[in-house]
Amino acid sequence: MSSSSVLQPPFNDYRVDIAFDEMFTPGLSAREPYAELYHRLLEMKEGELTERQLKADLSFLHQGITFTVYGEDEGTERIFPYDLLPRIISANEWDILERGLKQRIAALNLFIRDIYHDGQVLNDNVVPRDLVYSCKHFRQKMRGINVPRDVYVSVTGTDLIRMPDGSFAVLEDNLRVPSGVSYMLANRSVMKQVFPRLFSAVGVRSIDHYGQTLLTTLRALSPRPEPVIVLLTPGVFNSAYYEHAFLARQMGITLVEGRDLLVHGQVLYMRTTAGMQRVDVIYRRIDDDFIDPLAFRPDSTLGVPGLLNVYRAGNVALANSLGTGIADDKAIYAFVPAIIRYYLGEDAILQNVETYLCSNDHERDHVLENLDRLVVKAVGESGGYGMLIGPQSSAVERAVFRERILSNPRNYIAQPTIALSTAPCYIDGEVDPRHVDLRPYILCSGPHVDDITIVPGGLTRVALKRGSLVVNSSQGGGSKDTWVLQ
Amino acid sequence: MMLSRVADSLYWLSRYLERAEHVARLIDVQIHLMLDLSPESSTQRWGRLLQSLHVPLPLDGQFDAYRMTDLLTFDTRNSNSIVNCVSSARMNARQLREHISSEMWEQVNWLYFHIKDARIDAVWEAQPHEFFVSVKNGIHLFQGITDSTMNYNESYQFIQVGRFLERAASVAQLLDVHYAAFRRHTSAFEGEFVEWIGLLKSCTAFEAYCKVFMADLQPDRIADFLLLNREFPHSIAFSLNRVQGALLSIAEESKSRRARTPNRLAGRLTAMVDYGLVDEVFESGLHGFLADLMRQCELIHDAIYRAYVVYPFDNEFAD
Repeated sequence: MSSSSVLQPPFNDYRVDIAFDEMFTPGLSAREPYAELYHRLLEMKEGELTERQLKADLSFLHQGITFTVYGEDEGTERIFPYDLLPRIISANEWDILERGLKQRIAALNLFIRDIYHDGQVLNDNVVPRDLVYSCKHFRQKMRGINVPRDVYVSVTGTDLIRMPDGSFAVLEDNLRVPSGVSYMLANRSVMKQVFPRLFSAVGVRSIDHYGQTLLTTLRALSPRPEPVIVLLTPGVFNSAYYEHAFLARQMGITLVEGRDLLVHGQVLYMRTTAGMQRVDVIYRRIDDDFIDPLAFRPDSTLGVPGLLNVYRAGNVALANSLGTGIADDKAIYAFVPAIIRYYLGEDAILQNVETYLCSNDHERDHVLENLDRLVVKAVGESGGYGMLIGPQSSAVERAVFRERILSNPRNYIAQPTIALSTAPCYIDGEVDPRHVDLRPYILCSGPHVDDITIVPGGLTRVALKRGSLVVNSSQGGGSKDTWVLQ
Repeated sequence: MMLSRVADSLYWLSRYLERAEHVARLIDVQIHLMLDLSPESSTQRWGRLLQSLHVPLPLDGQFDAYRMTDLLTFDTRNSNSIVNCVSSARMNARQLREHISSEMWEQVNWLYFHIKDARIDAVWEAQPHEFFVSVKNGIHLFQGITDSTMNYNESYQFIQVGRFLERAASVAQLLDVHYAAFRRHTSAFEGEFVEWIGLLKSCTAFEAYCKVFMADLQPDRIADFLLLNREFPHSIAFSLNRVQGALLSIAEESKSRRARTPNRLAGRLTAMVDYGLVDEVFESGLHGFLADLMRQCELIHDAIYRAYVVYPFDNEFAD
């Protein structure tokens, strides 16, 4: 099915198969947005790409862009793996993505608000009630709490994939504490140094205002004017600590840990050398479970006892709010097109990936019969954990998943194995296709579609292993800069 | 505005490094001095050295140099061993990546691995002197990097407070133990000459002392120099002036209403050494003077904590 290569170096063995290729048509001519990059790459002298790769390596190293690896020697920090070649998205494609994502986030915000208030969507049987109440991220304690400006998800990192026909689809809505945006910004700053001429020749939209836009988003939530805003991190041993510190620096806000904060008389304070300082907004990078030991997990030492009470009293804003995980449960995901229609009266602009709920008898039978062809996922997991990729699985693994599905059907969904699109990557001295996805970051400061901003770009995640479809950084994935054209 | 936790970490980062440097220097001086000492004097000197570092003496009374060096350098059960001090300093620095320069972090990280990867046998086989010089230099380099890469703001001042409060207290303890063991002579006689050089060298003070008093080693003058000299950076008077200055800067920058107590205590103690005379100190008793001084250093430490780090919430709105 793959076409044989007719390309010049450095594209020697570049092949396009059934997956959509970001750069080449099936007939191996460069697509319009990539034309400039393609010609520059052909014109480059031997060794030039390697030279730029070294330059980029050094730049990452000097900026200290790292993530912490769990389970190895204390404090192991690694450079986040990245690829040298940009992924390019045309202005038209971006326009569709932007409209589709805004629509989706607006609807999901309304959905979460509804779930924690009147539950109209349940009364009208649009989403099954038991599916919502059995979700492990449903937070009973959020019931009846009015959150600032009705914004539940201030920051979203939606995972998009490109289908073999070239259209985009949403794979996951990450509505809890999405990470990775620092790599988007770091990739860009390195690429500007490494490909300055190409960059200006192509006409790339800027993403430098992300920090400022995030700050504006957080500020909008504050109960008081002139707010004190903090970023709450689990601490230096968290794998995303680099990002927490980076974002706090970008916004000029204080990076705090739970032990720096204190609740007194339904007001939140942080302990400073000048005295107790009232805090108005928390950009929290700690999961729901750990954020308040009095309300959620009592064994958490990372959170702030009594924080939920302050939130309920309206004296502090949280971004994101608590309990948002009900809307990114992988079973609820299947209902998002219906949710959009229900709240906005519109058809979804961005399609979903076909999803089978194992809680449904009929669909479960289909899943069990086709385990070798489907991808099975646990509904509450993320980061590529708790997954079975059918075509690459062994009979033993399939048997294990069959048991798991049968013993807890609500916990599993299945989707067809989709060949994610491929993009050219510079690997071992050659340009070779690798599977990619796209995670743009969506900022929401109010209840309306117009209150939603998306910085034109995102994190393109790359499965660096040839043929692999797993792009998660915890499982050997890397990233590349994403250029949205003007 | 600065988080109390950050102030705390900066203070201890600096205190622990100062302590590690002090321990490294004492061992280095001791190993060098042993060449000129009888085995008996050497044993006694190890005993005093442990005492001046608040390390319990070995129960079996064996003061073998190899064993002592291991205890003070690599033994993780000894809370003041060099490896523990540097490891604690690094733990604090890890919390501070946003508040110290990358160069500072890299240096303390390098130092940690330099010591952690070293083994007593290898250090002992080669030149222990070289190893301890590398530790001291590593810490000096950290201080130099701090001075040349960090903003001179509240963070910097907490580093200064930690460093100089630790120095004042450890020099005081060293003097106390030494002067308890050796009587005051008008001139150091031959047998004890080495010990007085040792004391000065333990404070990097031998050359500096000679520049002021020439090589005329007299116990009173040595005490005068290490206690009251305003120009020598390892003297107690110098250190306390630095503590006081840094605390004033912190008070000014934080505008904390609780700054009064630590500032008053630091000012009082600084005045005591600034306006003290060595004859009067000896007349009323050096030991009493030093004990009072060390107690006041602890009071300053407590006052800093109560003002900036662990102040109770109720007082926040009481005044």
